Amino acid sequence: MPDPSALPLFSPTVDPGPSFADLLRHVAPHQLPGAGVDGEPVNLDIPHGTTVVAIRFANGVIMAGDRRATAGYMIASRRIEKVFPADDFSGVSIAGAAGPAIEMVKLFQVQLEHYEKVQGEVLSLEGKANQLGQLVRANLPAAMQGLAVVPLFAGYDTARERGRVFSYDVTGGRYEELDFQAQGSGSIHARNWIKAGWSEGMSADDAIGLAIASLFAAADEDVATGGPDLVRRIFPTIAVIDADGYRALVDEDVEARSQNLLQGAERGGRES
Amino acid sequence: MSMPFYVSPEQVMKDRADYARKGIARGRSLIALECAPGVLIVADNPSRTLSKISEIYDRIAFAAVGKYNEFQMLRVAGVRHADLKGFSYSREDVSAKELANAYAQTLGQVFTHEMKPYEVELLVAEVGGPDDDHAEMYHVLYDGVVMDEQDYSVLGGQAEQITEALKEEYSTGMSLGDALKLGAKLLGSDDGPLTADQLEVALLDRARPRRAFRRIKNDELASLLA
Repeated sequence: MPDPSALPLFSPTVDPGPSFADLLRHVAPHQLPGAGVDGEPVNLDIPHGTTVVAIRFANGVIMAGDRRATAGYMIASRRIEKVFPADDFSGVSIAGAAGPAIEMVKLFQVQLEHYEKVQGEVLSLEGKANQLGQLVRANLPAAMQGLAVVPLFAGYDTARERGRVFSYDVTGGRYEELDFQAQGSGSIHARNWIKAGWSEGMSADDAIGLAIASLFAAADEDVATGGPDLVRRIFPTIAVIDADGYRALVDEDVEARSQNLLQGAERGGRES
Repeated sequence: MSMPFYVSPEQVMKDRADYARKGIARGRSLIALECAPGVLIVADNPSRTLSKISEIYDRIAFAAVGKYNEFQMLRVAGVRHADLKGFSYSREDVSAKELANAYAQTLGQVFTHEMKPYEVELLVAEVGGPDDDHAEMYHVLYDGVVMDEQDYSVLGGQAEQITEALKEEYSTGMSLGDALKLGAKLLGSDDGPLTADQLEVALLDRARPRRAFRRIKNDELASLLA
C-alpha cells in the first residue's frame, strides 16, 4: 500500500493518465465499487432502488426517480435519492443494489471532474456516457453475485445543443435512446406511460408533468415503487438539464406539480 | 584507479540550490493577492494553452513558476492526491495545508537525494466558503521549505523587488479590479503594466458554492484592466 500522505507519483510507463478509476486501481483497488465481492451469490435482502426515468424535451432532458428503496418485502428507505448530478451538464440516476450504485455514482462524479482538472478540458457527452459504461462493466462480477447496478445517464450535449439519454445493461452495454427511457422494477409501467404521452418538442414543464405521472403510474402497478407521499410530504426527485446546466427542482415545486396531478382528471381509470 | 574528489555536503547543497535558483530566475514571475472576493492569482504568461495556474480541488488552487514539465507533473500529482483523499474520506477533509506538506516532502526528498533538484516554486492557495473570509497561501520552495504567507505571495525571479513594492501598495480588502491592476503593474516593467494578452489570471472566488476556482479571461479580463 502506498503511503496515503505522500504525493502519488508514477513513472511514465505506468501513469494512469486522466482516469481516476485507473488511479484508484493502482493505489487503492479495495476502494473500487464491487471490490472484494466473490464466492456465493448474495442472498441477503439488501436495499434496492426502484424506478427512474429520463425524458428528452425540446431544449434538454428531465431525470426523475421515486424515493423508495426496498429490501425484500421491507421498505428500506422512503427518502432515498436516485438522481444525481454527474457534472454541470449531465446527470445519472440509478436502479439496482443501492449501496454499490451510490458508490458507482460517487466514483463517476470524481472521474469526470478529475479528467477535467488533469486534462484542462471537459469530456464530450458521449465520452462521459462511455466512461459510465466502463464502470458498469467493471461491476459485472458483483452483478453476477446479485449486486447489479443499472444506471441511466442523460445530459445536455453542448456541441450538438440537444438533450441525450443513454441506458445500460449489467454488462456495461451502452445504448443511446432516442427520446426517453426508464429503469428499475417499475420501469415497464413508467415507460409505457411516457410512450403514450411523449411528443417531439414538448416543453420542460410538460416533460416534468409526464415524469411525475409516469412515476405515479409505476407506483400504482409496482409494489417496490413509491408514489407521492402526502402524509410525510415526500415527492420524486426531479432534475432538469439544459443549456443552463443541471438543476434539481426544490421539493415545494415538485409538491405543487404533484398536487396538480392528483387533483387533475384521473387518467388511469377508477379501477383496473 | 582514480578516487572521486571529496566534495563537502555544504558545497553539494549550495550547488544544487544555486542550480535550482538559476532555473527559476530565468522564468517569469507570478503574484497571488488576497482581495475582497477571494484569492487572485496573476501570472506573467503569454501562452494561451500552457497554464501556470490551475484548479486542484473545490476551494484549492495551484500556481507555479519554473520548469513547465516539472511543475506540470507536480500539479497532476496534487490533483490525484486531493481527489483520492476526497474520495476515501470526504470532500471537506481535503486541505491546502496537507497538500503543501505533501509537496514539501516530495521537493525535499528530490533536493537531497537526486542529482538534479526540481527547478520550481509552488503556491497552494485555499479560500473558505461564502460566509467565511479566511484564506491560506502556502509558498513551497525548490528544496521543500514551506512558507505560510499572508495577504500576498510572490513567486519567481523578480520576487524580491515585487514583494518590496507590495509592502507599499497592498491594502487589505482590495476590490478585484484594483488587485488585478496592481498585479499587472508590478509584473510589468518601466514601459508600463502587462496587458491582457500577456497575463494568465484566475480567482478563487469564495462566493461560488462548490468549486471556487475560475479563470478570468478575454472580455472580463480586458474590462477589469481598463
